[in-house]
Amino acid sequence: MAQQEIKIGIENVYKIFGPDPGSVLDRVKGGASKQDLLEDTGHTIGIRDVSLDIGVGQIFVVMGLSGSGKSTLIRHINRLIEPTDGRILVDGEDVLRLDAEALRHLRRYKMSMVFQRFALLPHKTVIDNVMSGLQIRDEAGGGIAKRLGLSSGKASAEARERAQAQVDLVGLQGFENQYPSQLSGGMQQRVGLARALATDAEVLLMDEAFSALDPLIRNDMQDQLIQIQNELSKTIVFITHDLDEALRIGDHIAILKDGELRQVGPPEEILMAPADDYVSRFVKDVNRGRVITVGSIANDYPTVVLGAAGFSDALAKLEASERNTVYVCDGDGRPVGAVTTKMAQEGRDLSGPIADDAKLDPVQTVDSAAVIEDMLPLSMKTEVPVAVLDGDGALAGGVPRRTVLSALVRREE
Amino acid sequence: MAQEFPELLDMRAVRIGIDDSFNWVVEHWSETLEEIFLPIVHLLRAIEDFLLWMPWYVVVLAIAGLGLAATRSKWVALGLGVMMFLMGFFGLWEPGMKTIALMLTATFLAIIVGIPMGIVMSRSDRVERIALPVLDIMQTMPIFVYLIPFVMLFGPGKIPALLATIVFAVPPVIRLTNLGIRHVDREVVEAFTAFGATRRQLLFGVQVPLAMPTIMAGINQTTMMALSMVVIASMIGAGGLGYQVLQGIQRLEISRGLLAGLAIVFLAVIFDRIAQAYGKRVQQHLHLGH
Repeated sequence: MAQQEIKIGIENVYKIFGPDPGSVLDRVKGGASKQDLLEDTGHTIGIRDVSLDIGVGQIFVVMGLSGSGKSTLIRHINRLIEPTDGRILVDGEDVLRLDAEALRHLRRYKMSMVFQRFALLPHKTVIDNVMSGLQIRDEAGGGIAKRLGLSSGKASAEARERAQAQVDLVGLQGFENQYPSQLSGGMQQRVGLARALATDAEVLLMDEAFSALDPLIRNDMQDQLIQIQNELSKTIVFITHDLDEALRIGDHIAILKDGELRQVGPPEEILMAPADDYVSRFVKDVNRGRVITVGSIANDYPTVVLGAAGFSDALAKLEASERNTVYVCDGDGRPVGAVTTKMAQEGRDLSGPIADDAKLDPVQTVDSAAVIEDMLPLSMKTEVPVAVLDGDGALAGGVPRRTVLSALVRREE
Repeated sequence: MAQEFPELLDMRAVRIGIDDSFNWVVEHWSETLEEIFLPIVHLLRAIEDFLLWMPWYVVVLAIAGLGLAATRSKWVALGLGVMMFLMGFFGLWEPGMKTIALMLTATFLAIIVGIPMGIVMSRSDRVERIALPVLDIMQTMPIFVYLIPFVMLFGPGKIPALLATIVFAVPPVIRLTNLGIRHVDREVVEAFTAFGATRRQLLFGVQVPLAMPTIMAGINQTTMMALSMVVIASMIGAGGLGYQVLQGIQRLEISRGLLAGLAIVFLAVIFDRIAQAYGKRVQQHLHLGH
């Protein structure tokens, strides 16, 4: 993966809960187990030595079961929880060094958060809820009535406009003047999402944002989040206990257990190369076909250019590689057909130049971003490896049926 | 005969000590204190005069109107109006207005004092630890005990009656404000912290509004306690319906006691209905009702 700009850096963060966390930090760093520490000192380890780099524009998923420390970890980023040790960098700036005023500024302008149980104001309408993040910010400079929160009914026209745009974005037009309790869970969470988007923060922290929703609605919300992300390119830190969700929306996934980081990487890597037993037990039941992208399993194949090469060149390339197929591409690198070893074995007429695709085997193509499930039917249609195209439609590799199948079959322990 | 409890300390001396020191306070401070509390008496008088100045039917209609606005029920409004009418019919209009004035003033002041105290209490566990037993004592101490120092300080009259009523009536609103704020959904508070709200924004934008149903319940209880204090307060010069009951006892007139007692019940019902209905509306507004 290309070198990416880091938005949030979490460096060796520890969080210990108890009467005097500082006093036991050295023991924790020395590797004391959770149980021993609790029995000896009454302290609990929340997070142990977690370091993560979260890139600009990523959806970074932190995944773990309850008690894994994931919710604690996300609250470190905006300092709803103070770490016992370590550094939290946002745009290279150490968040832990900020004073109260600077921290408020960070929370108002740079980060916003979405919560598991929505955390909306029940006595405010949808539009007022969406505006509430903006109002906190606007009120700060206002007069005494504003400071007392008495003017909340009359928000600035600008704030209202901005809130309305977010309401439209999450598809809640027409519900502006409803109260949260009149909405379904999914719609309430859309309000939560719109509220978070309204402040136009660069970082979105989502704490089990979809976990309280029904599976179907959850799917819709995931799609919507991905779609919004395509438009807005925020840096999103998403907490979940649901691996399918993590794999579905995450560009990067970190797996947490008992406050310790077990593995970080793109979804395919987590699936294809689990770092330890814990992770592999986790990924065992995942529908891999829906997660693994074609691009990640594509192999390199030799190519020849249409009109510029003869069949003899293609056969020579086949001979030289261990592949059984040579793709024939046009001048822009688009595959138009294939020459395979099978053709040679069948004794077909393979002489002269390759001028058109008349004598070639047809090639099925698939976008590299597609998941395996999408290409299965193509793969079944033909013996020729399915050609994988990059974003511009040029050949990026090929996937033979065997590779597809082995990617679908989970590795046996 | 069983052995008597030994006298470990000369309690008479201790009591004399307490009495003397309070006497000193009375001697040196009563005038200053009376001046401090004078505005409260003015407020009470103003409400009293206003209620008595208004034609009786206006008051009856106003109460019925309040009932209608709060409950949206014709029948409740009619019932409340009839109760007010009966009070006048019993010949208890003037003492009734005096009692309402005392109750309203005491409740108003109890709210003014009680809600901020409840807020302070909700923000610090230590303050809560200290305040809870104090409130327990205030609520279990026999009411008559409060009368003694107030009468000593101010002599019989409206000020001691009002102050004793406030002291007696304030604990519920303090308690329930504290409770209401502490029980506000933690996630909502966290959400607004995460959006960079100051403590003040949190308090007035989130905690107080969300605690409102509970605070309203506290206000309702405070109103009822203020009303229940009127008979006792009349012993030290509050006048009103309580004084009629007291006279009933002194003259052994059952009719006087009974009618005044009924009028007090009417007032209790009227204010309870209105306050509760209003409390429910707040709750509905908050959409916590279902």
